[in-house]
Amino acid sequence: MISQIVLVLLQLLVIIALAPLLSGIIKKIKAFFQVRKGPSIFQPYYDIAKLLQKDSVVSKNVSWLFHAAPIISLVAVLTAGLLIPIFITELPFGFAGDLIAVVYLFALARFFIALASLDAGSSFGGMGGSREMFVASLVEPALMLSIFAIALNVGSTNLSYISQTVSAMGINAVSPYQILAFVALFIIAIAETGRIPVDNPATHLELTMIHEAMILEYSGKQLAIVELGAMIKQLLVFSLLANIFFPWGIASGLSASAVIIALLVYFAKLVVLGAVMAMVETSTAKWRLFRLPELLSISLMFSFLALVSFIIVKGG
Amino acid sequence: MMDTYLFFGLVLFYLIGAVSSVLLNKKDRVCAFISFISAAVASVFGIVFSLSVISGDTFVLALPGTSFLQFGIFVDALSAFFILVISIAVFAVSIYSIGYVREYFGKKNIGYLGFLYNIFILSMILVVTASNAVMFLIVWELMSVISYLLVVYEHEKPETRKAGFTYIVMTHIGTGFIILSFLIFAGASGNFNFETFRAAGTVMPSLLRDMAFIFALIGFGAKAGIVPLHIWLPYAHPAAPSNVSALMSGVMIKTAIFMLIRVIFDFLGAGSAWWGYLVLAVGTLSAIIGILYAVVEPDIKRMLAFSSIENVGIILIGIGASMIFFEGGRPVLAAIAAIAALYHLLNHSVFKGLLFMGAGSIIFSTHTKNIEKLGGLIKKMPVSSVLILVGVLSISALPPFSGFVSEWLTFQSLLLGFNFNTFTMIVLSISAAVLALTGALAAFCFLKTFGIGFLALPRSEHAEHATEANTPMLLGMGLFAILSILLGILPFYILPALDKVTRTFIGTSAFSESFSLSSFGTIVLPAKISMSTPLLLVLMFILLLVPFLLLYNTKKSRAIYETWGCGQPVSTARNEYTAHAFSKPVEMWFKNLYRPARQTEATYSASPFLKESFRFESRIEQAFEQYIYNPVVGFVMAKSRRVKVVQTGSIHAYLSYIFGTLVILFMFVIAGGS
Repeated sequence: MISQIVLVLLQLLVIIALAPLLSGIIKKIKAFFQVRKGPSIFQPYYDIAKLLQKDSVVSKNVSWLFHAAPIISLVAVLTAGLLIPIFITELPFGFAGDLIAVVYLFALARFFIALASLDAGSSFGGMGGSREMFVASLVEPALMLSIFAIALNVGSTNLSYISQTVSAMGINAVSPYQILAFVALFIIAIAETGRIPVDNPATHLELTMIHEAMILEYSGKQLAIVELGAMIKQLLVFSLLANIFFPWGIASGLSASAVIIALLVYFAKLVVLGAVMAMVETSTAKWRLFRLPELLSISLMFSFLALVSFIIVKGG
Repeated sequence: MMDTYLFFGLVLFYLIGAVSSVLLNKKDRVCAFISFISAAVASVFGIVFSLSVISGDTFVLALPGTSFLQFGIFVDALSAFFILVISIAVFAVSIYSIGYVREYFGKKNIGYLGFLYNIFILSMILVVTASNAVMFLIVWELMSVISYLLVVYEHEKPETRKAGFTYIVMTHIGTGFIILSFLIFAGASGNFNFETFRAAGTVMPSLLRDMAFIFALIGFGAKAGIVPLHIWLPYAHPAAPSNVSALMSGVMIKTAIFMLIRVIFDFLGAGSAWWGYLVLAVGTLSAIIGILYAVVEPDIKRMLAFSSIENVGIILIGIGASMIFFEGGRPVLAAIAAIAALYHLLNHSVFKGLLFMGAGSIIFSTHTKNIEKLGGLIKKMPVSSVLILVGVLSISALPPFSGFVSEWLTFQSLLLGFNFNTFTMIVLSISAAVLALTGALAAFCFLKTFGIGFLALPRSEHAEHATEANTPMLLGMGLFAILSILLGILPFYILPALDKVTRTFIGTSAFSESFSLSSFGTIVLPAKISMSTPLLLVLMFILLLVPFLLLYNTKKSRAIYETWGCGQPVSTARNEYTAHAFSKPVEMWFKNLYRPARQTEATYSASPFLKESFRFESRIEQAFEQYIYNPVVGFVMAKSRRVKVVQTGSIHAYLSYIFGTLVILFMFVIAGGS
């Protein structure tokens, strides 16, 4: 019982503590590819700490929803964090929801931030909210198909079960359909974390932003909560990629040594995925909004191919 | 015996409501109170009655009749479930109506509305309990005609009359197909009792079975609003008074689903494999088409009507999957899929009822249903807006609200098809992908509606002067809001009851090694797939600590200032994002379906750079009307004009027609008799 509680707290701590670091690392790697020095990898911590000290400036048009949205959104993301295996497959609350529930928890988080974007009555907010929900709608079918492809391969949508099974299969888990599903989910991860070519996290030009436009009216403490929520979501999306497709090294039991090794391996996976993401971001330009359906159709095709190739390889 | 009293009590109170409405129609306030209160009392009888039947035995009541035409009441768990759905909706909507009809005091005849309202509900109850095809058709027709009269209640508006006409035509085309389907059964069984349909349905030649199925699907599908038979629904449901819309969208279209289940599973025994695929395809198509039109619809009530089409689609996806599994000899999986469908049906009747009542409250206090004219209502109608937000979150299938549980179950039942053959796997995953898109677009649509309608600044005088809805209206909505939350977090109470219901037509319980409930209300499926909304809710509450710890101990100072407008003071409603702009990306994405047409008109003063005025008009095409119905209507009209030749208007001509017909009939009888 105690160990379970410790485990939950540890997982929460890891998620909250590592999320800003991941952002910092990606920024640093991006800077490296762009031959810049870049800010310190700890910059996101300083940013959040500073924002938490600052006063808020709030639009006079807003309602209670504007104030509640960041909190609800952060809570939804954190709840999803308790369902995703990070460094151990035996999650105390793993039974509370599967991959589909995680997707819907992310949707809950997005829903409230997008609602709040409309609350101040600014055109930018509306633009951001509309685009965010548009991209989310584009992502959804591809996401569901890749979930189905994964479920078909492993036999479950329970994330702990998936990690365990794939981990136990070892190198045998690498198969054409697994790779295809990974590519599909990677494209989705780009969209879900708001990165180039879908959205540019560094932009501050109102007309091109998605996520940044949505949260334009937030400042101070509330902005800190929103930013932290976005970073945690990014970390969780990366964890999904890591622990669904290459969970090797993840701890399956509660022993200190296994957990420590698992944490180190997990961190390494995050850095590798972050590096790949940074490479993608550096080598592509942001796409026009109305070209995005093409990008996500590619993802849809990959997940469909994953399904079909599974059927061909396994003979139905 | 108890059940008999309850059933008679139910009928009696609806009749009391109807009769007293007529008697009291001069006194608006008293009349509204008596008529809706007796409907609410009747619905309580309905709830108790249905729960008693679900937990006990089938209720049968024979009414006087001949052996050929034996009228009667037959209530098994399936019928009882639908009585429950109807009664729950009626209870909340009736309370709401007491407040809502104040809108009509002094303007319209309340007695007439109360009379129709009570009879309408009674006819729905009788539709799901009739034990005989002839009796069924009579009450079905009664339901259709009464609902038509309710649709045209505000008949002084021309668009209402047009909506009513479209509705009555489409519903009668549907009834025609239902009669065809029933005649096939009657031909095989020799009489009109549903009891004998059951026996005959499984032994009929397969061609007849296929025909009976197709006719039933078209006939009941027209009532349920499946694509492409849906065109009446987005006109008729919004035209009716909002309390009636809540019942029409919430429960009336479900009576068609009820009969589909009856005919397909009960009478025909699920039939061939392609039936399931057809229902699945129709469901998937309805879901996506319904929501696509909902997303771009500016009229809030029409938007809700389109969304009903979507939700009927989701229900049919579950039923289609269930048919596929049932036919494939996997009754347990079939039961799980059917439970998902019925769960969604129950949820939909609650949250759609809530949203229609919410739309009614908006219209009540702003007198507009155009979303572009709303805004800022969250401050003017604080309680209503919270209740509507619950409905919005439920219909967007966000955890832990009710829509989430049933959509999750629907996805899982599609996943269960992976134990089947290759074809099924591919079909079910495509259906799931479309369902995922539908879900995301539903979230888009309702986010837009709530965000534009309730947040920021009022966009018109109407919204500026909005006031909170009155107490009975809030009570009605509040009941449904609470129920939406309970249906989300208490699935462990609902699933066993639903299992009893689906067992009546599938024959097997879903509860087995592949479906069970465990602690914390967890729904457990094979391979460790599980989900627990109560636990998710508890976790969310505990995790609220995190943001509070982060925000704790920091100075609480907050400056109130203008919204950012690039340095310009632009905090006016004119600078807000519009609903049309919000849904523009979707409109662009699916422009092949919508074929948006836009017109702009500008007048200039002095120089072409100084616009004096600007007019913008944009509309989308209703593809189904344009390319399917209009040609058919044109064809029928052209042919009718030819037939008009015989309609001279002269009484002598008509007398000679009657004489001619009589002569022919006599000859026929004589020839047949010999």
